[in-house]
Amino acid sequence: MVYMGSDPCAKCEEMLQPFLDRELSEDEYAIAEAHLDECGYCRKRYKFEETLRRYVRQAVVEEMPPELKQKLAALRTPL
Amino acid sequence: MSEVQPETDARGIAEEARARVRFEEEVLELSDQVYRVARRLVSTREEAEDLVQETYARAFRSWRSYTPGTNLRAWLFRILTNLNIDRGRREQRSPATQPLEEGDYFLYNRLEADGGSEDEARVVERLSQDEIVQALAEVPHDFRDVIVLVDIGDFTYQDAAQILDIPIGTVMSRLHRGRRILKKELAEATVGDSG
Ligand SMILES: [Zn+2]
Repeated sequence: MVYMGSDPCAKCEEMLQPFLDRELSEDEYAIAEAHLDECGYCRKRYKFEETLRRYVRQAVVEEMPPELKQKLAALRTPL
Repeated sequence: MSEVQPETDARGIAEEARARVRFEEEVLELSDQVYRVARRLVSTREEAEDLVQETYARAFRSWRSYTPGTNLRAWLFRILTNLNIDRGRREQRSPATQPLEEGDYFLYNRLEADGGSEDEARVVERLSQDEIVQALAEVPHDFRDVIVLVDIGDFTYQDAAQILDIPIGTVMSRLHRGRRILKKELAEATVGDSG
């Protein structure tokens, strides 16, 4: 059993990334979820992180220029 | 067999040509994903285009080193990251000090302190696309490579470890630290400038 210790919010902060990456053990999930159920401070920050990841991904994805696709196809071995 | 049989030989060549065509088609189907990742590994669109072309030229050339049935995406992205490391490390002036990251709540706390309390989704919207792109570019290479592979390339930790040829524990620690560095950069870009 993981003990949240004297500063449960700090412990919960440490679990944020592995929690969202689905890397925690079942025990750790249960503990994080129990804390999140009762702590609005951490819940807000978890929600924010989830939204942030989606938002960052959308912001940094840039689609490939169509001409490049043709250039790549031209690199193929001639038949 | 002492003599080479012409028909067997011809059949072998035809089979190899078909396998090669199939391989090239499969690799080309991944080009959108390759570009998206490449674009964030380097600073400019031109560099990204060069890097992707080099990657494909090398992939087509060394197709025999791919073992059919194994992870083609990982094989291809390994070529990409190796080429990038070869060229990138030449240009990169290694920063003397790594940025010191804050905890995972840091960005939210800064944004909240700056703009009062509101809905979490609205807080995110205060970050502009340019600020996010710039902040990611500021994250040092070793950390950024992992973030880009996992968060944009959708690779598992295991695949990222294989691609970068580093232990999975290193993938995890670089990913976690890298995301914290990113959030610190975002906090500085937004709150730092306005405040
Ligand atoms: Zn808490």
